[in-house]
Amino acid sequence: MISELTQNTLGGAGQPAPRRVIVCAGTGCVASGANQVLKAFQHQIQAAGIPVVTEFKAEQVDLRLNQSGCQGFCQMGPLVTVLPEGLLYCKVKAEDVAEIVTQTLVAGRAVDRLLYVDPATKKRCHGVDQIPFYQRQQRFVLRNCGTIDPECVEEYLHEGGYAAARKAFLSLTPEQIVQEITKSGLRGRGGGGFPTGRKWEAARLQQNPKKYVICNADEGDPGAFMNRSVMEGNPHSVLEGLMIAARAIGADETLIYVRSEYPLAVRRMRQAVSEARRLGFLGENAFGSGQSLNCEVLEGAGAFVCGEETAMIASIEGERGMPRPKPPFPAQSGLWGKPTIINNVETLAHVVRILREGAETFRQLGTAASPGTKTFALTGHVANTGLVEVPFGATLREIVFDIGGGITNRRGKIDPEGFKAVQIGGPSGGCLTREHFDLPMDYDSLRSAGAMVGSGGLVAMNQQTCMVSIARFFMDFTQRESCGKCVLCREGTRQMLALLDDIIEGRATGETLDLLQKLAGAVQKGSLCGLGKTAPNPVLSTLRYFREEYDAHVFHKHCPTGQCKALAKPSIDPAKCKGCTACAKKCPVGAISGERKQPHVIDQEKCIKCGECADACKLDAVVGV
Amino acid sequence: MMTKSKPESTGRKFVKVCNILDQYGRKPSRLVPILQAVQEEYRYLPQEVLTYVATALDVSPARVYGVATFYAHFAIQPKGKHLIRLCDGTACHVKDSVPILEAIWKRLGLDAKRKTTPDMLFTVETVACLGACGLAPVVVIDDQVHGQMTPESAVTLVEAVMATEVAL
Repeated sequence: MISELTQNTLGGAGQPAPRRVIVCAGTGCVASGANQVLKAFQHQIQAAGIPVVTEFKAEQVDLRLNQSGCQGFCQMGPLVTVLPEGLLYCKVKAEDVAEIVTQTLVAGRAVDRLLYVDPATKKRCHGVDQIPFYQRQQRFVLRNCGTIDPECVEEYLHEGGYAAARKAFLSLTPEQIVQEITKSGLRGRGGGGFPTGRKWEAARLQQNPKKYVICNADEGDPGAFMNRSVMEGNPHSVLEGLMIAARAIGADETLIYVRSEYPLAVRRMRQAVSEARRLGFLGENAFGSGQSLNCEVLEGAGAFVCGEETAMIASIEGERGMPRPKPPFPAQSGLWGKPTIINNVETLAHVVRILREGAETFRQLGTAASPGTKTFALTGHVANTGLVEVPFGATLREIVFDIGGGITNRRGKIDPEGFKAVQIGGPSGGCLTREHFDLPMDYDSLRSAGAMVGSGGLVAMNQQTCMVSIARFFMDFTQRESCGKCVLCREGTRQMLALLDDIIEGRATGETLDLLQKLAGAVQKGSLCGLGKTAPNPVLSTLRYFREEYDAHVFHKHCPTGQCKALAKPSIDPAKCKGCTACAKKCPVGAISGERKQPHVIDQEKCIKCGECADACKLDAVVGV
Repeated sequence: MMTKSKPESTGRKFVKVCNILDQYGRKPSRLVPILQAVQEEYRYLPQEVLTYVATALDVSPARVYGVATFYAHFAIQPKGKHLIRLCDGTACHVKDSVPILEAIWKRLGLDAKRKTTPDMLFTVETVACLGACGLAPVVVIDDQVHGQMTPESAVTLVEAVMATEVAL
């Protein structure tokens, strides 16, 4: 082990490669205590008398300690990476830091107990290159997330940052930039997958001295956090992409509309903007080009519909965030009636790399119609939850099993037969099932399967998940988030929710299902914006792939997973019941009867399925609730 | 035509609101950030402040009220001293966030309709997603994010906050 480490510590030409300790400071790791870990490192390293720098220095230093943005493997946080060995320590606590300092930093040995253990092979993994979660990924947008200090512009510059924007302002014409983006085939990463080059070209051709670019960072899909991670991990890349977009269409004002549920992302973006202003990249004379360029970071106020372009514009103008009909498209008449383009965080981060490395390099990954990579937030019942980036065309099997490590059951253990479905695209998306294991994940294949890439939230679900109640969950969400402008969205989603409640609570008949299906079609047709048009998708998709589960609820008044309380039929297992009378005493409606020390019974007529009996029973004799 | 200048008689009472309005140039287009700043100050949006903001910006109170009730973050009812937010995003939902909410409700004597305790110490809300899905299910108490919660551990956290209140 030691020889292996010392070998790796030698960089090129016999120069020792720089030693670094990187503490992940994304939202997930901070919640798990990363700030205390960072403080402990500062303290312990000093106590050990090791010279350390915490800021970025271009020249070689003995040891650098810094924070980074989200490294993706949130579940195992707080994460600590030690370079040059590439050791990744998981679930590090402040108490572990002294050992890391003496063992790794001083003695050059790995602290085995903090290494990741692959649950499949039970092998200890020394670094990211050995961990299956990272091995199968291709990090393009996320490349520097997790190594560079997001609050240090010097480090971003050292990594080649702002060179692409400088080039865009000083040596490329707007036409050339748009051409390069068009050639790359980049499609919007926010959901729809509209070709970015085409959007830019439409705005570029507008003859108007005032134009705007808005970065859509209002990542409202529940279960998605890709944009948060990019903003927290590499905020300057988003800002640089925004500058390039502004140059390409001839805009002098840019805005970043961030969800206010992401306080850390808001802070880092604001800091990035003020650094860029200080360095003269923003201001009256951006990059010395003579052109003026400004940027402002705005916070959303908690409305999902504001992710829709025209609703976001209304919100920025100080109104209720309600969409308006298109055309005119924002590229023709957007913010304050001026030509405006709105791009997603991830799209803008891609733009930087495309200009830096060329459209050809970008096209090498992904498929012909969906080039490049996509980040996905992999969550739910998988062994490894976190942020992943794969080329378009990767299959569901690779993401869920190779990267995600497989499906977990209710107790969190891996269950090889546990897979039921993956929900992709949030409240606008749909379900993918076993039959889609080998479906390439790209815009067009997913659409043909009745789902969509969406912003990239992937929620895995195990066999114990009731698909009807998942459909209800999404309908409840869209119903609450409907802005109220279109009648069919406002009232239709409410009625669909009521129908789903009927199904879940045992009041439904065959007609309920017909009505649900009919209403779904009407809401799709009668709504103005994406929210309403796609709101019925989760229902339609679960109806398509899990019809038998709906039928069980409707015709047999039975929830196959036992999750729907109203359909539960609690009973007492006479073999387990010892007649302690605890349940009978707890029952609020007196539905439980029986002799002392004899098995008790539940009167189904009286029972209100509250579950108090199951909580009261110490012998787990109450089943079915 | 209403005047955009500070009304003298109420100026003293609303001095903080005035500062906020000035900070945003008293532009109606900045209504959302103005209300955000006001809420930061008062912890909710009192009706008299909304009316005052409308007058100062020379827009109708209906527009200000419309914006204040449209966005989920704005509260027109006072909130408790401690804000407990339970994430009910998809990832947290499939990992059983609802039993956690029910346990917190039960401990504090709240339900879907009553979100704030009568002593004004706790408000319990659900939010769509906090983006900490990797740690699902998540509970946020006074801006502190707690991951991988169970009904029991969440109640323990709430009780710890209650204990600090008793100690005061």
